[in-house]
Amino acid sequence: MRRSLRESSLAYLLLLPALAIFGVFTFYPFLENFRLALYENPPFPGLPSHYVGLSQVGSVLGSTGFHQSLVSTFLFVIMVVPCGLLGGLALAVAAHQKLAGMSIYRTIFSSTVVSSVAVAAVVFGTLMDPVVGLLPWLGINPTPPILSNPTWALPAVALIAIWQFLGLSFIIMTAGLQSLPEEVLEAARLDGAGGWTMFWRITVPLLSPSLFFGVVVGTIYAFQSFGQIDILIGPQNAAFTHTNVLLYYVYNALSVQNNPGLAAVLSIVLFTILLVLTLVQFRFLERRVHYASD
Amino acid sequence: MASVTFSGVTKRFDDVVAVNALDLEVADGELLVLLGPSGCGKTTALRMVAGLEEVTDGDLAIGDLRVNDLAPKDRDVAMVFQSYALYPHMTVQRNIEFPLKRQGVAAAERSSRVLEAATTLGLDELLERKPGQLSGGQRQRVALARAIVRAPRVFLMDEPLSNLDATLRVQTRSDIVAIQRRLGTTTIYVTHDQVEAMTMGHRIAVMRNGALEQVASPTDLYDRPATAFVASFLGSPGMNLLAATGFTGHDGTPGLRAAGAELPWPDGFSRQPSGDVTLGFRPEAASLGSEGLDARIILVERLGAETHLICSLADGERVVVRQRDRQSSHQISDHVRIRIDTDQIHLFDAESGLRLGEGT
Amino acid sequence: MPPTDLKTPATTRKSHRRSRLILRYVLLTLGAVIVLFPVYVAIVNSLLEPSQIAHQPPPLFPLHPQWNSYSRAWSQGSLGIYLRNSAIQTALIVTGQVATSVLAGFAFAFLAFPFKRTLFITFLATLMIPFEVTVTTNLSTITSLGWFNSYAGLAVPFLATGFGTFLMRQAFLQIPRDLREAAELDGYGRLAFLWRVAIPLARPAIAALAVFSFLSSWNQYLWPLLATGNDNSVRTVQIGLKQLLNTQLDQINVSLAGTVIAVVPLIVLLVIFQKQLVRGLTAGAVK
Repeated sequence: MRRSLRESSLAYLLLLPALAIFGVFTFYPFLENFRLALYENPPFPGLPSHYVGLSQVGSVLGSTGFHQSLVSTFLFVIMVVPCGLLGGLALAVAAHQKLAGMSIYRTIFSSTVVSSVAVAAVVFGTLMDPVVGLLPWLGINPTPPILSNPTWALPAVALIAIWQFLGLSFIIMTAGLQSLPEEVLEAARLDGAGGWTMFWRITVPLLSPSLFFGVVVGTIYAFQSFGQIDILIGPQNAAFTHTNVLLYYVYNALSVQNNPGLAAVLSIVLFTILLVLTLVQFRFLERRVHYASD
Repeated sequence: MASVTFSGVTKRFDDVVAVNALDLEVADGELLVLLGPSGCGKTTALRMVAGLEEVTDGDLAIGDLRVNDLAPKDRDVAMVFQSYALYPHMTVQRNIEFPLKRQGVAAAERSSRVLEAATTLGLDELLERKPGQLSGGQRQRVALARAIVRAPRVFLMDEPLSNLDATLRVQTRSDIVAIQRRLGTTTIYVTHDQVEAMTMGHRIAVMRNGALEQVASPTDLYDRPATAFVASFLGSPGMNLLAATGFTGHDGTPGLRAAGAELPWPDGFSRQPSGDVTLGFRPEAASLGSEGLDARIILVERLGAETHLICSLADGERVVVRQRDRQSSHQISDHVRIRIDTDQIHLFDAESGLRLGEGT
Repeated sequence: MPPTDLKTPATTRKSHRRSRLILRYVLLTLGAVIVLFPVYVAIVNSLLEPSQIAHQPPPLFPLHPQWNSYSRAWSQGSLGIYLRNSAIQTALIVTGQVATSVLAGFAFAFLAFPFKRTLFITFLATLMIPFEVTVTTNLSTITSLGWFNSYAGLAVPFLATGFGTFLMRQAFLQIPRDLREAAELDGYGRLAFLWRVAIPLARPAIAALAVFSFLSSWNQYLWPLLATGNDNSVRTVQIGLKQLLNTQLDQINVSLAGTVIAVVPLIVLLVIFQKQLVRGLTAGAVK
């Protein structure tokens, strides 16, 4: 008895540091959002906020800015996730060979995983620059310039996110390919399956756990991207309203408008969307996913 | 060195009773084998001595000290695990040294004791290797060295040979016995292998369903099994057991009816004229003759030095007959008669399985 | 050789195979060029004079590399200070995450205690709450603690991780129970076992966690942007790059030189610890 009491106390002591951090910086602020959402901040910082109940939630959810933000966010996600995954899959399949020099290719293909959003933004910002970049030379020079162009700005920042996601996607797909059961592939080869049939009928279904994982990770990644937009576009830009994704909206509400109430409402929306998407992905995708073992 | 005493020791896991009111005393310097089929509670009993399982009820003592509430590290016992439990990231040297370091033994003494233990087990050439670079037999020896280096009061061994191949097992068996006899350390050795038990133990404690069936020296256990279970578990193959009924003949002499044949009531067992009994005889106590139990041979196992005839009796019961004659001419499907040496018959109560009492 | 191919002359088959091999390398190289092209252009441009960058067509190789953009990024762009700040923040977070994850993971893997399951679910639940939705309150929390624009404010909110705890628990569960019991009999208590046996054996997982946490904290953007002030005292390199871009608009080569400097530590990380990085990044995929 005494021994199990000592063991429990030790366990709680070991968990305490992590629990304290989670309590203060994860659970408390998460729940606090629900309180803050009920308080409206005056347009000028410094004045006290006042209780407005659900009316602020209603007005935010009904605003055109919010709707536009939702549309931009979903367009962004829909561009980034499939392109990033398919690109990573293509690279992974190409590099899935025991050939000389393959480890160099693998390092190159995984390399974008280490690029930060600021690095990627600066690099691509140069490439897309209307004056110094390659695009004008190639004759691609829309007016207004790409990064201020309401039509092209969002695809442009999505391209940056795709490039960044490529490395992680490649790593996930490569790990998936390497864990494929060799016997199944050999059996299919003996059954006479050719390269293309084999890829779509055997490899892709067997790879579905990795694809599933990639979809989940990619979606979360895409929802969390806003740095490219912050660095390359910014709130003064003509294309801003078309690129104001949800997280950037939160950031601006906090740091530009100094409006925690608005930020809290948007945070709850962001959390709900991610939660629902994750649940939906687990419900519907996992049913189709074929797990090779277990 | 010390004795180990179980007094009414019980271990319950939720609703399951793993060890039930065990009374057992392991004498100082003795090698006692805990023998039984898997799930009989022998490993649980051992782990309670180690302190890896708490005692639910009863008293467990090492020497004169009740150890129920003592932490494993304060019991001064060493254990050899079935998996050897070597630390994969440490060399052989450091594995053996590990317990000494904790005891605060000075470095110089540590290395001399490690070397001594390693030399005893023929490991002195391997001290710089890691467990991953050793064979199964070598790992087993490192585990033994780690146990003996501490010179503990009690050795606990949990099926230490079961992961070795047959040849190595026989050799290591005798090595362990030699070391134990030389050090004279009280040892509890758990196994399900009755050959190991017979060859290694001063005494054997046979367990079944969490309870002690019998504790005795190997020969006593073989010659006078206390229960039908012990009789069938020891020996290879085990004792033949047949359902039998006692009766009193017209002339008043007691007899025994089994498998359609009648036998005189054997000497040395109290009579139970009306009750059902279990008749036991070892394969070597049976022979083929012109009279006895009707049987048909269903399998002939030729082992070289001897032959086992597996026979089916009229009522379908199976009986094994051991023949010293390696040229046995008997074949499958032969009809034979099995004669039982009445001096070597054992009788057990049909219900309780207990050996019938002495007397007339 | 498979007998079915007997009709084909051996030489034809050989050259066929070789052309397929060449095709594969061409494809791989094409992929590598696409992936690396933006980085290549950045490096080239960082070595050019601004006037050359604007030249049409832009030069694809710096014939006269101008290294002074790097020294200017370092001094005028305060890159040296930003790198130091990032290094300190990252070191704090990596150390903290590894420590809390190892301790909590050990408790979940090796100890028995009431509410273990509930607490474990609580840890996993943190994975469902993205940090982004907690920034509103976290910002006022660190401000009221007096941690705004300080290393404490940059690092403390990240000192625990549900993912890391999960990773360490899985690694510890791989360690046979026998080893813990053997250590117990050898006289080692639970913490001594953790230090002398469990941690050495879980080194690959710890390395994977450390590399993963290095990568994610070095590349943090939102939080350092919110939690640092306008002076350079703790501003990290990612925010520094944004700053550099805004202040050196006419000198793209300097911004790009800064970018190259900022990414060098991570390239080193990738080349040396690729195995651990891949392990950390794919750990969630293992069911």
